[in-house]
Amino acid sequence: MCTVCGCEMATLEDGKSKTGAHGGEHDHHRGHQHDYGHHHDRHSAEHGALQHHQRIAGVHVPGMNPERIVQIEKDILSKNNAYAAENRARFGRDRIFALNFVSSPGSGKTSFLVRAIRDLKDRMSISVIEGDQQTSNDAARIRKTGVPAIQINTGKGCHLDAHTVGHAVDDLAPEPGSVLFIENVGNLVCPSAFDLGEAHKVVVLSVTEGEDKPLKYPDMFAAADLMILNKSDLLPHLDFDVGRCIANALRVNPHLRTLTVSACSGEGMEAFYFWLEAETARIAKASQ
Amino acid sequence: MHEMSLMESVIAIVCETAQLNGASEVKSIRLDVGVLSHINPDSLLFCYEAVRRGTIAEHAALEINRIAGEGWCLDCGKTVRLDRRFGACPDCGRYQVQTTAGDELRIKDMEVI
Repeated sequence: MCTVCGCEMATLEDGKSKTGAHGGEHDHHRGHQHDYGHHHDRHSAEHGALQHHQRIAGVHVPGMNPERIVQIEKDILSKNNAYAAENRARFGRDRIFALNFVSSPGSGKTSFLVRAIRDLKDRMSISVIEGDQQTSNDAARIRKTGVPAIQINTGKGCHLDAHTVGHAVDDLAPEPGSVLFIENVGNLVCPSAFDLGEAHKVVVLSVTEGEDKPLKYPDMFAAADLMILNKSDLLPHLDFDVGRCIANALRVNPHLRTLTVSACSGEGMEAFYFWLEAETARIAKASQ
Repeated sequence: MHEMSLMESVIAIVCETAQLNGASEVKSIRLDVGVLSHINPDSLLFCYEAVRRGTIAEHAALEINRIAGEGWCLDCGKTVRLDRRFGACPDCGRYQVQTTAGDELRIKDMEVI
């Protein structure tokens, strides 16, 4: 059987197996390249699968095995990534600066966002997509600040995906030139794998967690561009080594930027605002 | 458990491709899953049982090829074996290792009728 497309055309002519021989008798392989996985899709669309491949279901050819191999060679995440690319193109077109906030549950993401929105809403237009398995508590907290927020309940899902976020963006309709905060489901594992089309993933870690979290959940810290170490007001009461935590994070991702803040007291928040404005300006300039 | 959504993607891609190829049934599916990737093959198999029901891949066997981890150590200037994601070079013990293999998450091919 041909290992490229699974056909067994070679057995037709003389009854002998010519497995693997792409000779003259194998002429459906002429004129096109088996170079990548979309090939069969393309051919089916162009010529119709029934004409192109003789050996498919419903077409009985005597002496032929109706089974065949179809090359796919597609990334498992390709569906999500295609939606993410659509989101990213839309954000680029409308100059929307989207940040995807990820963390374990209880790191203080929502409190951080509420504080940031209160401090920034007169300086920039902000809207929020909230992701949680259940309840719209967080979206309600955000809406109290006066900015639009939409809640996505993932049910049993443990992360937001690009498709649902795309629909949420449709409903939310963020203003051109605005900032979009996406608060992902509290989970340091799964959201790392799903690109939503955001400009950056921002991982929020709190000082009540272990310094070794970046080593325990490396994928998330590797996927993020900025780490916010929250609840710094609690440091005097804890045995938490900020330096060691940052060193662990940098071991996983040497390009990670880190900020130590307290959403409760406001300490360090200005540094985040500066980063946000600088990045927004950089993206706006790049899109000109 | 993101294996559930990943498996849903696998089934969606497989069923679309099968239909484009005029197939009536998927007999088997082969995946490449690197040892350094963020998926657990056992969880994938577990989710597969649930997700394939009612599709043309309902009776398809799932084969998962594990691909070993490999990285390029900047300090040693050579390819080294990597057992864990973002792990240290087994020779020099430093962390300047760029993963070159083992984080694959790919649907390789399938057998159809």
